[in-house]
Amino acid sequence: MSKALLYDATMCIGCKQCESACAQQNNLPYDDTVAAESEQSAHKYTVVVSKDEKFMRRLCMHCEEPACASACPVGALHKTEAGPVVYDVWKCIGCRYCMVACAFNQPKYEWRSLNPRVRKCIMCPDRIAANRQTACAEICPTGATKFGERDDLIYEAKDRLRQNPSNYYPYIYGLNEVGGTSVFILSGEKAENYGYPALEKIGETPIPEYTGRVMERIPDFVPIWALVLGGIYWISHRRDEVAAAEAEEKKLNGSAK
Amino acid sequence: MKIKLTFWRVVFVVIMALGLYSSYIRYFHGLGAATNMTDQFPWGLWIGFDCLCGVMLAAGGFCMVGAVYLFNVERLHPVVRPAVLTAFLGYVLFIVGLLFDLGRPWFIWHQLIYMNIHSVMFEVGMCVMTYTTVLFFEFLPNVFEAIHWRAPIRWINKIYPVLIVLGILLSTLHQSSLGSLYLIMPSKLHPFWYSPALPFFFFGSSVAVGIAMTIFESTQSSKAFGRNLELSVLVTLGGALLVALWVNLLLRVEDYYHRGLLAQIFKPSFEAYFLWLELALTYVIPITMLNFKKVRLSPQLLYLVSVSTVLGFITNRLNIALIGFTTYVGHQYVPKWTEFSITLMIVAMGFFLFGLAARYLPIFGEEAEHAEQPRLHPEAEAGRAFGAPA
Repeated sequence: MSKALLYDATMCIGCKQCESACAQQNNLPYDDTVAAESEQSAHKYTVVVSKDEKFMRRLCMHCEEPACASACPVGALHKTEAGPVVYDVWKCIGCRYCMVACAFNQPKYEWRSLNPRVRKCIMCPDRIAANRQTACAEICPTGATKFGERDDLIYEAKDRLRQNPSNYYPYIYGLNEVGGTSVFILSGEKAENYGYPALEKIGETPIPEYTGRVMERIPDFVPIWALVLGGIYWISHRRDEVAAAEAEEKKLNGSAK
Repeated sequence: MKIKLTFWRVVFVVIMALGLYSSYIRYFHGLGAATNMTDQFPWGLWIGFDCLCGVMLAAGGFCMVGAVYLFNVERLHPVVRPAVLTAFLGYVLFIVGLLFDLGRPWFIWHQLIYMNIHSVMFEVGMCVMTYTTVLFFEFLPNVFEAIHWRAPIRWINKIYPVLIVLGILLSTLHQSSLGSLYLIMPSKLHPFWYSPALPFFFFGSSVAVGIAMTIFESTQSSKAFGRNLELSVLVTLGGALLVALWVNLLLRVEDYYHRGLLAQIFKPSFEAYFLWLELALTYVIPITMLNFKKVRLSPQLLYLVSVSTVLGFITNRLNIALIGFTTYVGHQYVPKWTEFSITLMIVAMGFFLFGLAARYLPIFGEEAEHAEQPRLHPEAEAGRAFGAPA
């Protein structure tokens, strides 16, 4: 029962209404200057980039197993059952490990602020809770951004590839990347051409596994290593104690005679 | 008391003044104004140097405590106190550095209540807190001795075996976890430095640096404070350093071989130049030098070896934290002057506090050492940790 977004670049007309709806939803400023910015930032969670009259949207991928959530020391980021990866600002200490951990470079930072927050698309969790679509999907005039059940959207994406093979590069971006995401991209060419990291680069392994492999050893490692160290300490000092006791004994024997 | 104006004191004051001004920029105009960090480069010099190198340079503490109290290498006894002092200062200053780097340092205590046990950063945080506490207790007897208050020293001596084991355990975890931090970025960090073996590298190199730093700081302070340093101490450390460097080098080579990079590391490239610098300073120069008996028996040359090793591993940490991301990000991050200034201020504070402690506390306890009595009791045995005067 998890929600997802399907973005179909072949249907996108580059109107950027998703950008402005997103800004409005998240109380962010939006004017011509912001609209002209082609990079995501702390005040622009999603961006529509264009290249040769073709468009591509960037936004948080809402990974099935998010690296950012596993990285956060205070659990300020977490994946909800409904699908979105959300951020609890009151927990955040500002270590920015989520930013370096994310394979899609989605978390952005309020570098100018004195009490900075991590900013990224949170997939309108309040709207989803109220059984509504995300702001970007709701406003999209062509249906290029579609909101729905994750399984349904995967089915639909596959169907579109089947129906119109000539329109698409035959790949659903987001299906396998880092163990799967909740945002899927269809387009006429490789998503990599628009700045998405290639599957060969980021792999199919969920990112948290890379650190998880080490972290899961710690509960075993701690008692074993503590025992080894304690043992070495005991042996080293037992030797001294015995030597001292023997010396003492000798002295006693000597005085007894 | 009249304070003499010496060259180093002037330098110190200038560094502190600039550092304070930079701190003002950091806390009143934000990270963006004080650093060149960006959304593409969210970790900069403060993580690379203050945190990664700071913790690494503090490794002498657990190495010397381990050598003397776990393995009974009695010869090294005179260097335990300075090593523990360096470690304690290193950790305290690491936390100071963290307070500059964290975006919301006033919430640092959230670590204790909103725990995410799957996060390496959480492990790092917990190790910092607990190990700094352990180091505090290992350091505390110095203060009590200086003010001739014996009772608390006896209490600390009672728990000293626990402190020793706990300290080494936490150090193992902490040093290696700083390497584990980078495991989460397989697609970002350059393959020269990204390796599944990073936690092992970080721990292994911390032992080598711990030994090198002990050579460095004991030579340095014997010069500064006119203490006699026994040659046998340095010779032992030099031998241990050679072994530690070989182990580290073999691990690195084996890793490059395993990942099929042995040919690539010799091809000139931006990253390769930095790797060569790192490998030359960490392995080629020190190992070559240490192979000569003349070097192993000369305090001056051993000092040079230790400097090269320490600089080499600092290069290693900076390569991992900064250089290794250049290709991925597509542009070079160069720290802002304020970042350098705050880092310099923290380093200067380290030297200053070490000097203060060396002057007023029984750190170089030769006099205390002579007054020691033979130990017949494990408690008193532990008391030797502090060269307790009888």
